[in-house]
Amino acid sequence: MTDREEVNEEEVVAALRAGDEAAFVKLVEMFNGTMLRVAMGFVSSRAVAEEVVQEAWLGVLKGLQAFEGRSSLKTWIFRILTNIAKTRGQREGRSVPFSSLDPREDEPVVDPSRFHPPDHPQWPNAWAAPPRSWSDVPEDALLSKETRTAVEKAIKSTPPSQRIVITLRDVDGWSSEEVCNALHITETNQRVLLHRARSRVRAALERYLDGERVP
Amino acid sequence: MRKPMSCKDLVVLVTMYFEEALPRRDRKRFEKHIAGCPGCTAYLDQMRMTIKLTGTLTDDAISPAAEAVLIAAFRDWKQPR
Ligand SMILES: [Zn+2]
Repeated sequence: MTDREEVNEEEVVAALRAGDEAAFVKLVEMFNGTMLRVAMGFVSSRAVAEEVVQEAWLGVLKGLQAFEGRSSLKTWIFRILTNIAKTRGQREGRSVPFSSLDPREDEPVVDPSRFHPPDHPQWPNAWAAPPRSWSDVPEDALLSKETRTAVEKAIKSTPPSQRIVITLRDVDGWSSEEVCNALHITETNQRVLLHRARSRVRAALERYLDGERVP
Repeated sequence: MRKPMSCKDLVVLVTMYFEEALPRRDRKRFEKHIAGCPGCTAYLDQMRMTIKLTGTLTDDAISPAAEAVLIAAFRDWKQPR
């Protein structure tokens, strides 16, 4: 959660234009990690993503004098980033996130075998294998490094569009409006992607936490 | 009268519920189902915990080398030619 602190954008822009290096470094440190996560959704490797992010920062500098503040600084920076990342990903022959449907997007959010069949006489479409409560998992196990690693791994395994949305929403705490603006996607699309990503992470956590517990 | 919401219906709607994007009627059906279903209550709690845990992840700090390149670019940029 790097960018939850309030920043006065006008002040930041004015400082940057005035050549305030500290303001620039602060901005870079605030957004670089998120930009890297987002870029990795578009391109093939971390090394390429790092190049994309560098290029985006150069684009930010180049466009700064002309920046009119019609969108927020954050939105503007991430539009520059995604444009560069898109071009780069296409050049690598990858499909562009948000423009094409990943076949995995159609998967059900919960394994259908966990529900009774629709024609069940008593409990149609009700849980057959309900999730167990995690309230008995000790707090320090839930918040352990291992659990966080499991979450991180689950996010990495989601299709790129989902990964980008869950990163911005749930890792970095952006609002849905900010995400829609930065990525040029509709509210509905954003919500579907977020829900699928969260559901996958939940399922991975369930496998991890329930697998660990002694029966 | 619409038929009650099933567990399988409910799991699809959780994010819409959290985002307060469900139409009033569906929200009522959702809440009514939750009130009587321990399985879905546990599911909802797991989704909340998932969001909370995802929020504890941190971004990698920028590498000193990459930062140095950007600072150099900034100095270059502010130098009027
Ligand atoms: Zn239920």
